[in-house]
Amino acid sequence: MLLEIRDLKVIFHTIRGMVRAVNGVDLMLNQGEIIGLVGETGSGKTVTGLSILRLLDQNAEIIDGKIIFDGRDLLKLPMNEMLKIRGKEISMIFQEPKAALNPVIPVGDQVAESFMVHERITKSEAKKRVIEMFNRVELPDPERIYKSYPHELSGGMAQRVVISMALALRPKLLIADEPTSALDVTIQAQIMDLFKELVRQFKTSVIYITHDMALAAEISDKIAVMYAGRIVEVAKTEEIFEEPLHPYTRGLLRSIPDVKRRMKTLFSMPGEIPSMLNPPPGCLFHPRCPDKMEICERKVPILKKVDEHEVACFLYG
Amino acid sequence: MHEVITLALMDYLKSEDFRITLYLVRKSPLTMLGMTLAISLILFAILAPYIAKQDPIEQDPSKRLLPPSPEHPFGTDQLGRDIFSRVIWGSRISLTIAVIVVAISFSTGTVLGIVAGYFGGKVDELLMRITDMFMAFPRLILAMAVAAALGPGIFNTVIAMAFVSWVYYARLSRASTLQVREEMFVEAARAIGASNLRILFKHILPVTISPVIVQATLDMGGAILTAAALGFLGLGVQPPTPEWGVMVSEGRRFITEQWWVSTFPGFAILLATLGFNLLGDGINDILNVRSRR
Amino acid sequence: MDLRTYVIRRFILMIFVLFGIVVITFVISHVIPADPIGAILGPQASPELVEKIRREWGFDKPLHEQFVDYIFKLMKGDLGKSIRTNNPVVEDLLYFFPATIELATSAMIVAIAIGIPLGIISAVKKDKWPDHISRIFALVGVSMPVFWLGLILLFVLYYKLGIFPGPGRLDPGIPEPPRITGLITIDSLISGNFKALLNSLWHLALPSFVLGYYASASITRITRTALLEVLNQDYIKTARSKGLAERVVLFRHALRNALIPTTTVIGMTYGSLLEGAVLTETIFAWPGLGRYSTGAFLSVDFLAVMGTTLLIALIYSLANLIVDILYAFLDPRIRYA
Repeated sequence: MLLEIRDLKVIFHTIRGMVRAVNGVDLMLNQGEIIGLVGETGSGKTVTGLSILRLLDQNAEIIDGKIIFDGRDLLKLPMNEMLKIRGKEISMIFQEPKAALNPVIPVGDQVAESFMVHERITKSEAKKRVIEMFNRVELPDPERIYKSYPHELSGGMAQRVVISMALALRPKLLIADEPTSALDVTIQAQIMDLFKELVRQFKTSVIYITHDMALAAEISDKIAVMYAGRIVEVAKTEEIFEEPLHPYTRGLLRSIPDVKRRMKTLFSMPGEIPSMLNPPPGCLFHPRCPDKMEICERKVPILKKVDEHEVACFLYG
Repeated sequence: MHEVITLALMDYLKSEDFRITLYLVRKSPLTMLGMTLAISLILFAILAPYIAKQDPIEQDPSKRLLPPSPEHPFGTDQLGRDIFSRVIWGSRISLTIAVIVVAISFSTGTVLGIVAGYFGGKVDELLMRITDMFMAFPRLILAMAVAAALGPGIFNTVIAMAFVSWVYYARLSRASTLQVREEMFVEAARAIGASNLRILFKHILPVTISPVIVQATLDMGGAILTAAALGFLGLGVQPPTPEWGVMVSEGRRFITEQWWVSTFPGFAILLATLGFNLLGDGINDILNVRSRR
Repeated sequence: MDLRTYVIRRFILMIFVLFGIVVITFVISHVIPADPIGAILGPQASPELVEKIRREWGFDKPLHEQFVDYIFKLMKGDLGKSIRTNNPVVEDLLYFFPATIELATSAMIVAIAIGIPLGIISAVKKDKWPDHISRIFALVGVSMPVFWLGLILLFVLYYKLGIFPGPGRLDPGIPEPPRITGLITIDSLISGNFKALLNSLWHLALPSFVLGYYASASITRITRTALLEVLNQDYIKTARSKGLAERVVLFRHALRNALIPTTTVIGMTYGSLLEGAVLTETIFAWPGLGRYSTGAFLSVDFLAVMGTTLLIALIYSLANLIVDILYAFLDPRIRYA
């Protein structure tokens, strides 16, 4: 077991009050596994990812839970230990590649920094390794790219740089937050392929955060569906698609337009995610659930094992 | 007509928007302080005749340079005048100058800026060059030059200061206008045939107003300070008018023995300016927080 | 466009602006109700005498002729003669302006030394006590009448406590070093006169602080705002995710970006320093441009007014130009845009 998140709860302090962004999340990841964390905007998936590395903003607070990585609870680690893990054992990449790079420093130096922080090597040695990485991520003319600034690169090139930066030290775990969403569709496919290949080569475990179920399916072994700050279903990718158990998952899958079937109208789930400022009682999905029962309005379902799935729904007991 | 306004105002006061604004104001002690200082200043100015019973201009050589006492809380100056009343009455002078200067520069500057930003082209170029030229001078220096040219006195001081300040409003409102002009809804409005004037009022003005309001509040403080500086140098308001800057200047000779003559008026300048600066800063913060939501 | 083209463009623009300045200053100082000649000669002077002097100085010619005259003389470096001091204005300016440069520059150093660290502290400890205190400190600084603060500090620190020296650039007993640059500190350093150097620095301390405090406020503010903005960016998250210590993130990544807008503000601050110098020099009996120009303004000594205003505007424009160039240098996005 590489990573185990137990009952994570994160809140945000806003002017309007306390917002529960993550409301009790349990997640498990084995070495070498790739798990897709899927959910709408506001479901708490990004916050979950950021919590692992403790990169949350000042107005966020982790109020409960454990994040156990390699046997240690990351939430209880002193900062200097945490710094050793960041970038080396666990890395993260973000959505907007150009925004993720410092605009006034040449990108090569930024990648070199990853090496120099965690290993005792000189700048020129680091530079060599950066060029190696750049070759690995199929960047043309690595020497020129090394000296370039982020705004001089295209989105795709920038994301390759970011990927090389994240994988430079062969971390055990990579958290990828919508890494292709900001790119053009054709570039998306290229980067996705590169990503899959590198992750396979380096044997990195990945938490792939996205709102796009189909994208998650491309790369993940397992998929965890998140809604309103909680995980509602976890299963192997094929199982999620063949037999989705939770009504929300079913809704998500129905929303994917199918080229093969002729559809008159696109399906979308009625309603919207509840206000996390004052969440309604009971299961947070019940206002939108087509299979709602009386108990759903009163009690919150917890994640239970049903065959090879885990579901949080009263339909299953 | 005023029923419509009253209803609109009452609606706003009940709205969540207003409650949040109020909450933000209350949450920031500095803004509260600023508001208190500014309001006190305005009250002092309005109620001067009731607070300061002693005549600020009447001289009484027998009472020269008396130290602070219950009878003369701030002491007396070299001509026997009560400094406390002079300081209170001085608030009228400073506030009047500040209000008029800001009103003039705010209105002319903003209008010119919006027009230049909206219509663009040669008009805009011209305005930019003119403002460039004005902004090449440090503000006080230019105000000094104009004040010197026009001669001393309160009226000329106001003109000199307004002459120098309008450019900053013009630049600000122009920048906002340029931003808004490109927005979709302006294109849409133009597409349905709205007249330019209508677009200007309904769409552009509301957006450009907020940075300009912040600037105006801060400028009140700046105006008080500049008027005092001009008074101090002898280029602005002239004695015997109780202007704070003039008072500080007059008290310079006596600073070693009779420190109070210069100290209290100067302190008044500080507090008045500080009040408006705090207020302006506070408004700026609030507007920023709100726009981020 | 690359750096060189940018610089040349800005320079040309500056020349145009300066021309506009000449026009404005000319208009202001010549279209005035006050009559300086009459004032200087005094009420006893006969109208014929006043006329004679006016003709001598060329003030009887129509305005546009005067303007053209002025431009030609300006190109030759002749700024006319001061009615008040009877010296060529250029001479007067050359004599007085180094003192102001000395004051303004040391005040700038003080302002940066106070402003940037306070801004950083404010941003890093946002909404906590250090933030509130430095914001109040900065706000008080910008609301403070410079002339009053100088007066009070002189009174307390010089007159009452004797920690700092009195007005003037040097103690009366100490002779001035040979005039090479006009900046007493530099001149004493060059001529090896350490006594004068130390004394002049000591004299410089109080006025620089008073002036610098006023200017530091806007620097504190922009540093805080810029840094807060930067700290919210994704690349800061990335830097942290690489395992960089917070201090490294701050200095190596955040500040590099935050200092860019700060530099622009520093340029603008130089303008307020020049303004403040005018006021400070009066209090500290500093024989600089401020004192000279105040005298000129009060007696409406046209040519001196024009000369001084032109010089100040020139210095200010140069400062802004330098800052703009520095900005282009610091921000690669501008260079290659």
